[in-house]
Amino acid sequence: MAEGSAFAPTLFPMTNSTVLRLNGLSKRFGPVVANDDVSLTLAKGEVLALLGENGAGKTTLMNMLFGHYLPDAGSVEVADENGVLQSLPLGHPQAALAAGVGMVHQHFALAENINALDNITLGSEPLLALRRNRQAARSKIEGIIERSGLKAPLNTPVGRLSVGERQRVEILKALYRDARILVLDEPTAVLTPQEADTLFENIKAMTREGLSVIFISHKLREVLAFSDRIAVLRHGRKVGEMATADADEKAIARMMVGADTPKVARTEMAPGGPVLNLTEVSVAGRSKRDTLKGVDLTVRAHEILGIAGISGNGQSALANVISGLAAPSAGHVQVDGIEVAKPSPAAMVKAGIGRIPEDRHHEGIVGAMSVAENMVIERLDDPEVQSRGLLRRDAIRDNAERLTQAYDVRGPGVAASSRLLSGGNIQKLILARVFERAPRLILANQPTRGLDMGAAAEVGRRLLEARERGAGVVLISEDLDEILGLADRIMVIRDGNLVEAGSHDREKIGLMMAGEPA
Amino acid sequence: MMDLLNILLSESFWAASLRIATPLIFGVLGALICERAGILNLGIEGIFVVGAMCGWMAVWLGAGLWGGVLAAAAAGALFGLLHAVLTVPLGLSQHVSGLGITLFATSVSYFTYRTALPDVSSPPRIEPFRALDIPLLSDLPFLGPVLFQQTALTWLALLMVALVWYVMNRTALGVAIQAVGDNPDSVDAQGLSVYGLRIGAIVAGSALMALGGAFLTMSAFDAFFFGMVNGRGWVCIALVIFASWRPGKALFGALLFGAFDALQVRLQTEMGALVPGQVFLMAPYILSIIALVIAARSADYPRALLTPWFKGQR
Repeated sequence: MAEGSAFAPTLFPMTNSTVLRLNGLSKRFGPVVANDDVSLTLAKGEVLALLGENGAGKTTLMNMLFGHYLPDAGSVEVADENGVLQSLPLGHPQAALAAGVGMVHQHFALAENINALDNITLGSEPLLALRRNRQAARSKIEGIIERSGLKAPLNTPVGRLSVGERQRVEILKALYRDARILVLDEPTAVLTPQEADTLFENIKAMTREGLSVIFISHKLREVLAFSDRIAVLRHGRKVGEMATADADEKAIARMMVGADTPKVARTEMAPGGPVLNLTEVSVAGRSKRDTLKGVDLTVRAHEILGIAGISGNGQSALANVISGLAAPSAGHVQVDGIEVAKPSPAAMVKAGIGRIPEDRHHEGIVGAMSVAENMVIERLDDPEVQSRGLLRRDAIRDNAERLTQAYDVRGPGVAASSRLLSGGNIQKLILARVFERAPRLILANQPTRGLDMGAAAEVGRRLLEARERGAGVVLISEDLDEILGLADRIMVIRDGNLVEAGSHDREKIGLMMAGEPA
Repeated sequence: MMDLLNILLSESFWAASLRIATPLIFGVLGALICERAGILNLGIEGIFVVGAMCGWMAVWLGAGLWGGVLAAAAAGALFGLLHAVLTVPLGLSQHVSGLGITLFATSVSYFTYRTALPDVSSPPRIEPFRALDIPLLSDLPFLGPVLFQQTALTWLALLMVALVWYVMNRTALGVAIQAVGDNPDSVDAQGLSVYGLRIGAIVAGSALMALGGAFLTMSAFDAFFFGMVNGRGWVCIALVIFASWRPGKALFGALLFGAFDALQVRLQTEMGALVPGQVFLMAPYILSIIALVIAARSADYPRALLTPWFKGQR
């Protein structure tokens, strides 16, 4: 009976069908509270969506359930074969596996040099046996594939499988281990919309057989379409829970972001002359994310141009062209009306472009070098920084002392390695370096991703400040709210094409991002 | 030209090639197991010396030939364990640890030898492995002398090729070792021990390396000399890349090197008047560098080779 009805949303799961209970889980990493007293239950056959912004603590919570992290407080109970809740020893992935909890990480844990069959059976056979019973394993996997529809070639080395196939292999791994509870961490982040839909249909098929699923996401559309129940996390706390049938998109969005978002004051301003012109610029990339198809773009002084779009639609290519990391295969790039003949990062910095890179840890700083050195790393030929090839260490230190004050960069001091700073303070270091050079144009690529509210608001304030001073800003973000709040003008990037949005109409922009005619 | 053809057709040339290849087969198989698990073992040169010394000394002390083989393997395993502890749970640089082990193992071997035999002018000899004389097979034309008049250790080496191939490709253990060298997370997520697999592979691989050394003192020669390993371990490190980490190709590579070496000795006697002998001595190494350059371009390195992995850091 339970299996047949499990497809229907279970609003108030009866105690006897509860398969998982998280009781007051808390986890701190140093001063950062990743999870604070989070409790959740999951019913048999139910699909629970765990929603929240980046850094809301979704992955940490699931990693505690699976034993990768040891919680500071709280407990986990998992139902055994007879449906009786048993307390799960914490901090042991082995115990979670044995209790029937399977987890598919956002970054796949697959060995690429062996085939799918071997990846799936890895660890479930005795290591010292002289012979393997591959036939039995194969028929069990084929049975699961047939019931779930999760098709994947079993004999090909995983390195040659597509991303979608690899994801299915990851899920098959968990199902092969007889997982009764499946945790999926952002399962559709790397999938095409069609692959994502198929995946959720397959998952639905499995829930009809009694599988219970928790999936982490920040895509509202798939959450509303495929979950039975929604739990929202913000700043490590559970801030809401509801049946999907009763859910209202606006309410969820408010819950995720919080009503207390500090609004940035923004004054209207007449734009000046163009500071950046892209004309018919194309980039022939190897994948969709680094391809541009003949885009035109103009940014004027006193103007913030927001680039909205779903991740992987050519944002990287656009950012690379503007920062000089990629040479366009066709088209013209002009900064302040002057054609950039040979684009390179150095030429673009010289031309007056300041770059706030997407991956601040790897592309924004040199982690092993000090905070002070990172502050001047883009102007090492400046006589203030060096004379006759020798660094002027005192000047560099004084410069850093001044900037850490002005930009409120907190950490163990200007002489310490920059990798010791937190994400928010690394971003402030980059802001200080970029803004101090008073650039003509600022390229800000996902500048607030992973930052807490306060640090994010600071970034917005600084961008507006630069705009007032007369700089042009290109703001690339996946966070539509950020763009709506800061940008004077909005363009939508999709599939390597840039289109003027024409207004600040959220719904219209959302449809353009999805590629549907508005 | 005729001379070259004569050499290539002679039984003794092919028998010598296989004999010279034997220690390399052990060494390259050992390196292969370590690297498949993701760990470079540059301790190989020193482990050869330890194997040569311990095998010989055990026999000299009266342990018997197979006792010597066991002693060599155990000593190799011990130094492998040291490398494993330094590079796996501690995650130190595999290059530095490996080179350190080579220096340490070599010095300890020489020191032990000198301490045990403070004042001998010529190294004491043991009764080494004799060629196996197999009735009928040994009398076969050509194949008889080439294959069936080798010592038991050469046969053990060939057996190891088949064994390593079987374990790597046909058992769950081998699959797990391949996986841990490609992506340790894949093994960890399935509840297997990354540390256990890696340490086990290094210890087993190092034991095999030591057998390569033992062959030198217990089969090729009958005594221990300083400097007798003479770079054979380093050759194995190159051969394992040439072999794309496959046991069958490893055998082929070792035989190829053995054949070059056997050839240069013979050419040296034939043509020594025309060309300085050192040129011939260099030849196998130069050829192996060339072969490596060609093979390494398309080499499919185990992806996690040289990358330390720590538990609980995902």
